[in-house]
Amino acid sequence: MCTTCGCGIGQTRINGKSMQPHQHSDKPLNYRPHKHSHAHEHNPAPAATDLSSNTVHFGTGIADTHAPGMSQARMIKIERDILATNNRYADENRRYLSEHGIFALNLVSSPGSGKTTLLVKTIEMLRSKLPIAVIEGDQQTDHDAARIRATGIPAIQINTGKGCHLDAHMVRHAIQQLPLQNNSLLFIENVGNLVCPSGFDLGEAHKIVTLSVTEGEDKPLKYPDMFHAADLMLLNKCDLLPHLTFDVDLAIEYAHRIHPAMPVLQISATQGSGMPEWVDWIMAGCRSVATAKQNLKQFDFTFD
Amino acid sequence: MHEMSLAENIIQLIEDAALEQQFTQVITVWLEIGQLACVEKESLRFYFDVVAQDSIARQSKLEIIEIPGQALCNQCNQDILITAYHAACPHCGSYALQVTQGNEMRIKELEVK
Repeated sequence: MCTTCGCGIGQTRINGKSMQPHQHSDKPLNYRPHKHSHAHEHNPAPAATDLSSNTVHFGTGIADTHAPGMSQARMIKIERDILATNNRYADENRRYLSEHGIFALNLVSSPGSGKTTLLVKTIEMLRSKLPIAVIEGDQQTDHDAARIRATGIPAIQINTGKGCHLDAHMVRHAIQQLPLQNNSLLFIENVGNLVCPSGFDLGEAHKIVTLSVTEGEDKPLKYPDMFHAADLMLLNKCDLLPHLTFDVDLAIEYAHRIHPAMPVLQISATQGSGMPEWVDWIMAGCRSVATAKQNLKQFDFTFD
Repeated sequence: MHEMSLAENIIQLIEDAALEQQFTQVITVWLEIGQLACVEKESLRFYFDVVAQDSIARQSKLEIIEIPGQALCNQCNQDILITAYHAACPHCGSYALQVTQGNEMRIKELEVK
């Protein structure tokens, strides 16, 4: 994690290269000692000016008093989302993706649910229909990106180092490096983790949560945030059901307790069952994004 | 673990505010954290202290205001209080709830000088 801003840069690597240089916003980030432009400024005690009575109040702080030479404590309303910075990057990503008609899916699950195998099989089924690109997130190694590249599809590997999730800033860097085509499909495979990625918007159209039948039925109850944040649940490895005691109905009921009416597809990425429905779901999303882009263009044209 | 990222984000927002509003010391930070938000409050306190050490928020006090979870029951149409996403409606037992409040993670205000 970057010791300047905690953004994950420093240990974060994209395709093995450090995420450098980085800029976080138009404003300088100077809240660490090595850049403390404000630490030794001694501004005069803030005083409130009441223009209606031409009065300068020194006693408007929470203590209602003012001692000469002492600065007055005061209250400042912030009212900002803690993840405001991430959300700003996510909004930028979302705007870029929608302007280019790119349908982006953020794949989340616990480690070992079969996300990468699912991706490889999905790519094999869709590659003749539209351009695809992949952003892979893992703490270490580029094994997953290598598996994707073996299919002939461009893939960027983000290594988060000690980080437990992808954030919108990392994804923005990856988007800039990827050869992304208009009217295409972008998969973002998040770090295998059913907790942290739930709160971080990357600018995707949908979060897709994968639960495999080799896990417990009660994962949705144990990790509710992720199932609440997702728009579709894939129940993977269903070909193994005859060998397991996994209760499909119970798992779906638990998922619906957390997220009523969330669609669930029962699939087997390795054996192919349910995959046509999954591919149809993706294609429907791609079409709606392409239509929205077209409408956006017509709208622009109308007001040119 | 992502509480460290959240703490870093809080400090960054405070530093942004310090530039805009010209203060040099933070005495108290008030957060509003929803009961349903994916935040472990004790973990956030721990990381906040760690991250704040090198910032103008060092030695500041962190106050967390808990925002209760609220939902609308789609079945009986009543507003209810919930403490978890898997809660059932206390009136009709339905799980078809639409969360209306409780996943906030906000910096509310600061006491500064």
